[in-house]
Amino acid sequence: MTEESAATVAGDEREARRSVFKRALSRPEFGSLVGAIAVLTFFSWRADTFLTARGLANVLDPSATLGIMAVAVGLLMIGGEFDLSAGVMVGATATMFALLTADAGLNIWLAMAISLAFAVLIGLFNGFMVLKTRLPSFIVTLGTLFMILGANVGLTRLITDTVIVSGVGNVPGFDFPFKIFAANPVGQFRITVVWWIVMTALATWVLLRTSFGNWIFGVGGDAQAARSVGVPVAFTKLMLFVYVSVSAWLVGMMNTFRLASASVSTGIGQEFEFIIAAVIGGCLLTGGYGSAIGAAIGALIFGMVRQGIVLSGWDSDWFFLFLGVMLLIAALINQIVRKKAEEARS
Amino acid sequence: MTVEIEVDSVSKHFGQVTALDDFSAVVKSGEVTCVLGDNGAGKSTLIKILSGVFPPDEGEVRVDGKKVRFMSPRDALKQGIGTVYQDLAMIPLMSVWRNFFLGTEPTRGVVPFRNLNTSWAKQTVVDEMGKMGIHIRDPEQRVGTLSGGERQSLAIARAVYFGARALILDEPTAALGVKQAGVVLRYIVMAKRRGLAVIFITHNPNHAYPVGDHFVILKRAQVEGDFRKEELSLDRLMQMMAGGEDLSNLVEELEQLATETGEADLAAAAHGIKDEVEGLHRLEGTDHRDETSA
Repeated sequence: MTEESAATVAGDEREARRSVFKRALSRPEFGSLVGAIAVLTFFSWRADTFLTARGLANVLDPSATLGIMAVAVGLLMIGGEFDLSAGVMVGATATMFALLTADAGLNIWLAMAISLAFAVLIGLFNGFMVLKTRLPSFIVTLGTLFMILGANVGLTRLITDTVIVSGVGNVPGFDFPFKIFAANPVGQFRITVVWWIVMTALATWVLLRTSFGNWIFGVGGDAQAARSVGVPVAFTKLMLFVYVSVSAWLVGMMNTFRLASASVSTGIGQEFEFIIAAVIGGCLLTGGYGSAIGAAIGALIFGMVRQGIVLSGWDSDWFFLFLGVMLLIAALINQIVRKKAEEARS
Repeated sequence: MTVEIEVDSVSKHFGQVTALDDFSAVVKSGEVTCVLGDNGAGKSTLIKILSGVFPPDEGEVRVDGKKVRFMSPRDALKQGIGTVYQDLAMIPLMSVWRNFFLGTEPTRGVVPFRNLNTSWAKQTVVDEMGKMGIHIRDPEQRVGTLSGGERQSLAIARAVYFGARALILDEPTAALGVKQAGVVLRYIVMAKRRGLAVIFITHNPNHAYPVGDHFVILKRAQVEGDFRKEELSLDRLMQMMAGGEDLSNLVEELEQLATETGEADLAAAAHGIKDEVEGLHRLEGTDHRDETSA
């Protein structure tokens, strides 16, 4: 009798402990957190300079702008859509802004506002096209990617005869927006890191603590079901596309103020880096599942690997091998997670 | 809270096809009205008229004596008629509480800071399911990991919570095993005891008979019979549903054909069908006795 009850108590405790562990496991960002710790440990051991202030600043710098985009793309993926034009939008908003202010002599703030409006428009265009045509967003935004890239290179060459717009640093009123978008407020750490943290926190709050966040999960999980219970599916998806384009504008401004110039080639090919970072962070390619923090951690892993390989004295080409392996592992883990979450227990 | 829905001589046509012909029935609070019929008998047309997907061509629907004409499912829910469809409108990857409140999230705070009242939402889901005798261990659990019966019950609880006085359940037990169907049937009885009017659409007399108070049998778009439970035995219901009369006619035709042509095969086939029909009735009868004694 006593033996039996003791066994039950032990069983309950084991049950409780397992459920805490299970709960941690069931967080979408769990895998990426483990991965980030592993990568950090590995490169701290390989390269002495990795864990110095300078080393960390060099890791966080590329992670920050990538992270801002990965979080936005991650939310869009949770909402069930892709945006392949996100990469070239970084370059396009930047050159547009630079042309307007450095070349055409427009007020710096006005030029920023116009390029922001352009970003909003492209986001709305992507969203409307996907919703109206019912084509996969993968194809629609692939079209947008090439349209924007072509128009950007063509127009910039037509106007300036080059593919780089320089001279932004000489525009009156440059200093204040420079402080907002590109300064180093603490030592070697850029202000972009602050933006990254704030945007990730904001996205997390929206996703987990607002009605809109619940709608994102709903439209990505099953748009038809979400519509039938009154979720404004079109509105939700449109806002997500706009959020991604506006994020691209933000990163475009950061790059332009930092370099005092804008190049049309900025961001080409990066659309996949955003998606990869989001997938490493636990966002499902099929939608309905994922987290903003996960996508941010995915971007951090990116930055650590890129910097770690350089500091370890290896050729930077190895980065892509590492990246491919990481992506496959993450995708496999996500698949298992999805199966576990969806399988009926009868 | 109480409600009475009168469906009066309702018909619906799609081009040349009559999907529902002169259907009448009265549905009351605290009763389970079972609508039985085979595929294509007009069950889904009836559901769509009652739930506001489309209006009838002829006849009218009255709620508490007042004529209603629903323009949308939302309209019907405003009048207290909630529908739980077979596909449930549940999202497997989302948690129980997120699914329950999807589209109607409880919030607190003012606009820029307005956020979900998550603790209240979780507690409400646990309470609502508890009222129906289903214990939810963890409202964060994903709906995909619930059993089929629990998922159905959650969808029903959601409809009730958001104001349904009358519930239309579209084949809620069709995709479920015996045990899970039991969970849903118990839930239906609980809903009835809470004073809801339940319209239980099914093709399975074994599931309908134990919980039903009132049975409407649909066949080829028409009402074949309308019975109170006292007027009807399970065997009789079963026979009407299994198309007993159709099969007897078929046996007769085959026998006649066999004597005309003198083909032994046909006679054997007729016999086979006859045996099968009788065997089926015996089998289903015993099944039912087991269920009620348990």
